[in-house]
Amino acid sequence: MGRHRLVPYLLIAPSLLFLLLLFFVPLIQTIALAFQTGSGIGLGNFDQMAGDLDFVTAIKDTFGLVIVVVPLQLALALGMAMMLRKVRFGRDLVLWIWTIPLGISDLAAGLAWLSILTERGYLNTVLFHLRLIPRPESWLTYETPTALFFAIVIAELWRATAIVFVILVAGVQLVPAEYEEAASVFGATAWQRFRRVTLPLLRPSIQTALILRTVLAFEIFAVVLAIGGTNFPVLISQAFIWQNQNQVYGVAAAYAVLIMAITLAATLFYLLALRPRAGEPA
Amino acid sequence: MQAVRPLLSMLGGVAILASLSATVPAGAKDLTFLSTQLRPMEEAQRTRTEILKGSPVPVDFVPEEPPQLVIHVQADMKSGSPSISLIGALHGELAPLVPLGALSPLDSMDDMLKQAGVPAGMVTLAHLGTDHLQYVPWMQATYIMAASKQALQYLPAGAKLDSLTYDQLGQWAANAEKALGRRVLGFPAGPTGLMNRFFQGYLLPSFTGGVVTTFISPDAEKMWADFKSIWQHVNPNSTNYNFMQEPLLSGDVLIAWDHVARLQDAFRKHPDDFVAFPAPSGPKGLSFMPVLVGLAIPKSAPDSSGAKQVIDYLMQPVTQITTLRVSSFYPVVKAPIPGDLDPGLKAEMAAVQAQQNAPDAHPALLPVGLGSHSGEFDRIFTDTYQRIVLRGQDIHKVLQLEGRQMQHVLDEANAPCWLPDPPSQGTCQVR
Repeated sequence: MGRHRLVPYLLIAPSLLFLLLLFFVPLIQTIALAFQTGSGIGLGNFDQMAGDLDFVTAIKDTFGLVIVVVPLQLALALGMAMMLRKVRFGRDLVLWIWTIPLGISDLAAGLAWLSILTERGYLNTVLFHLRLIPRPESWLTYETPTALFFAIVIAELWRATAIVFVILVAGVQLVPAEYEEAASVFGATAWQRFRRVTLPLLRPSIQTALILRTVLAFEIFAVVLAIGGTNFPVLISQAFIWQNQNQVYGVAAAYAVLIMAITLAATLFYLLALRPRAGEPA
Repeated sequence: MQAVRPLLSMLGGVAILASLSATVPAGAKDLTFLSTQLRPMEEAQRTRTEILKGSPVPVDFVPEEPPQLVIHVQADMKSGSPSISLIGALHGELAPLVPLGALSPLDSMDDMLKQAGVPAGMVTLAHLGTDHLQYVPWMQATYIMAASKQALQYLPAGAKLDSLTYDQLGQWAANAEKALGRRVLGFPAGPTGLMNRFFQGYLLPSFTGGVVTTFISPDAEKMWADFKSIWQHVNPNSTNYNFMQEPLLSGDVLIAWDHVARLQDAFRKHPDDFVAFPAPSGPKGLSFMPVLVGLAIPKSAPDSSGAKQVIDYLMQPVTQITTLRVSSFYPVVKAPIPGDLDPGLKAEMAAVQAQQNAPDAHPALLPVGLGSHSGEFDRIFTDTYQRIVLRGQDIHKVLQLEGRQMQHVLDEANAPCWLPDPPSQGTCQVR
């Protein structure tokens, strides 16, 4: 009997050990590194981080992207999941095509969009041949910050909407059709059914999708690096620069700790904001 | 079983040792040549089979990682039977060996260097701030300018490619922009571009005569103001360029500055379309950054006369050209350019020689003695450029601010001045 009680713990032990060694230990080390200065323990690295030329820009850019990209992705993914419900013929094919970006590395996706949007890229070639522009335009330079921002937004929408979509599709499949049928019997319009029935039932999936997507959006890096280079500093790219180019590991660790604090706060926010209200099923 | 395991691994170790000693040929007394350059496996192999083939003394060429060099040489000196007779390394890698008393003076080779036509500035460098020649300049790389021949028609009146000034470069770029409707001057200011070296080795010392000591000075303020006005004619994609050969080949950029190895493809693929030429001059002459590799003999060398023979051999024009073919490092001696040389190398070689032999040329070194702080030192230049040129901040205030940062980095590294700044007692000071 006692033996059987141990089995579950033995089974999860490898994964626990794995996380402990490869996640928890580096995490503690990073936090320790962030608070270590030449003269002992202190906030010196955070001071230096706040004094970094690109710190404020990186904060603005990162939050700007999250605020624009995540709601758009949620709306798009919801729309796609709803549309997919009505598809009878070739549903799997549509699902398959919509999730292709999931299988592409983010750097590859960034480079693909770079080849479209760069000065001699596909977009300019098409516009030029349609005689819409007299000569190739630069969209991705420090002189065109708005175009650069939207280029990254478009690339991120293309690349990472699929993960939200997949989570929502799984959620939609769990919603029993009877609720909606009952609602239409009582004369609810399509919008009312979506707003009052489907959306509340999808709340757990939406919560998961939002947490996952927001955390990942705060950690956006490869797409930005490919498309924006140093013209569009974000928090992770600053951590990378301090680690690799400036080789000041303490400041890189301070950035890492800051990003962790932000993502933890975002997760907590979603957990609280989307928790089931009294009387609702969890 | 547990007791058996250490025994087994010991046996394995013995077997490895035995097999190692078996591979060392009878000529185990070959002269040991430790080098931080020509390290990639293929280059190292070609160094043995091509460059060192005709050496008067059999040589055992041993590549070593740069951070290990000092440790390796020190350990060798302290061992009872030192083996290293010759060291090949960058100027900045040899510098820390001097205060350790590890290098044997090579003043007897002075005449050979003069006859071979090694530039006097380089020989001065090789003294590493002492009264004696500490190493023999062996080979070099550097940064030069490249232009598409299409751009030559826009050169300002009276300007010559071989003796361009920064004013003329700006005028040239302005003319080209006016005629073509786009900005065709380019710099490698991307994430992995070498723009820092442009400020440290070219622009700043050409305007101020120094790098650190003159970082905050009226001359430096004028330089940044001038460069800011040149920047109006610079392709805005420059902050994405890492290797200038790419935009040159695509035609986005017609005039560029970069490291020779990062321009080579343009000359190699279209030798007839591009010209290579020296960097421009400023009010304080033509400052350029040599990436200088030297040959040094440790004091503990078991065969220093053999090492001198190998140095003599490596300095011969023929060997220097072979070295160029193997490594893309350019000769430091006067060497005739052979007709069958790769067109990419040939075009650049003429510009490299013209640059170092220009009457107003003076070398500015890669930072020396900063150790792990070199990344921070480079960042000061990137930030200064970002603030002044891209964000339009007040030049005087930015230089004050970044100058304080620079002093902080120098203090932490405890680094004395290096060329072109005058030698310092103790840590180099931003004035």
